[in-house]
Amino acid sequence: MEAVVDNLDLLLEGFLRTLTLTALAATGALCLGTLVAAMRVSPLLPLRWAGTCYVESVRNTPLTVVFALAVFGLPKAGLGLTFFQFALLALTLYTGTFVAEAVRSGVNSVAPGQSEAARTLGMSFPQTLGLVILPQAFRNVIPPLASVFIALLKNSSIASAFGVAEATSRMGSLIEDNPSAVLWLLAAVALGYVVLALAASLLFSRLERSLAVAR
Amino acid sequence: MEHHTDGQPPLVVLSGVNKHFGALHVLKDVNLTVERGEVVVVIGPSGSGKSTLCRTINRLETIDTGEIRVDGRPLPLEGKELAKLRAEVGMVFQSFNLFAHKTVLENVTLGPIKVRGVKRAEADARGRDLLERVGIGEQADKYPAQLSGGQQQRVAIARALAMDPKVMLFDEPTSALDPEMINEVLEVMTALAKDGMTMVVVTHEMGFARRAANRVVFMDNGSIVEEAEPEEFFARPRSERAKDFLSKILTH
Repeated sequence: MEAVVDNLDLLLEGFLRTLTLTALAATGALCLGTLVAAMRVSPLLPLRWAGTCYVESVRNTPLTVVFALAVFGLPKAGLGLTFFQFALLALTLYTGTFVAEAVRSGVNSVAPGQSEAARTLGMSFPQTLGLVILPQAFRNVIPPLASVFIALLKNSSIASAFGVAEATSRMGSLIEDNPSAVLWLLAAVALGYVVLALAASLLFSRLERSLAVAR
Repeated sequence: MEHHTDGQPPLVVLSGVNKHFGALHVLKDVNLTVERGEVVVVIGPSGSGKSTLCRTINRLETIDTGEIRVDGRPLPLEGKELAKLRAEVGMVFQSFNLFAHKTVLENVTLGPIKVRGVKRAEADARGRDLLERVGIGEQADKYPAQLSGGQQQRVAIARALAMDPKVMLFDEPTSALDPEMINEVLEVMTALAKDGMTMVVVTHEMGFARRAANRVVFMDNGSIVEEAEPEEFFARPRSERAKDFLSKILTH
């Protein structure tokens, strides 16, 4: 117990890092995933094909391998980044695939008449998607997106194995220093993740309710 | 109702149009000309291809062979040119298809603002005028789901009119409505016809056809079987299939 209390500042610092990493990766994945979903429903075959290739290759690779490819592979290709930046890149690319699939299912859930009506008014494909389809699609996929982002929060712990001093990494070093307090430290860190995940759930269910009013 | 044809080409011309859905031949060598200011009502049994015919005119359905001309120009393929043409062809659907996440007024102004680049204030003023014209001015700030079916369909008509279309297509506009709401929509359509709008109307409403149509086109099994002025068609149908169809719907 003392091990937790005495090192609370280190743990909190770790969680702040976890939170930063998750928030940045979530933002990146949301943009990337929406773009890829748009590519996968576009009328242009090369775009659909590129989107499908990205989703099916990255989604089906274990996250640890995606991390390793980023951390060890990209420097060989001449891209030098900090460990944090590599972790951010790996998490964004990986989570982007799940966001893309969630958004695509949302697009498919919007009645076909909506896009017919938009096209009938003379809207282009980007206008139809951006003004009519996506705003309705997002409403339908808030619950699955919440799950994707909670998975991202927990997945960010893999960054601990690649030199990022986030919450799980802090826990590892504290356990090494205080082997007798291993259970307390594990419990404290687990609690930290649960609190963050619950906060995210709450945020998303609020969002869901506020958007549902307009139906 | 005279037609303003002075030297200009007909507004819509379908020549030798064929279309298949897989093995099903849904449009068989269809020829149809719609003059400026003319109101053409397309009737026929379900599955006769009348909705498909209507949807080919703004290329919501592509055709296999034949040619469609709108205002003298052949229908463009996909892309900017097609979008431009669609902006000039209004369409009203059986299931209304109002944008569920937009208010009634936004439904009417979205096209003018985003497609035509009209200023919001101007589009709003015009949108409110149009909503008044179809009798739902006071509903402007509600969402479509808060309106009755008849009101939603009138919003859909206002939305199409906001683009100043050259021709309006109506694809069974009253088929999804409760009986007591059919008339409010037909009244708006009749007023439009009186104002000289060019209209292609797929419908089962024989009263509207008698009242507002210049011409009735009867389709069966993918072909246009006969065309005539409404009085003539309802009093003396020439084909056996039209006689059969009319006897089934007019006896009740």
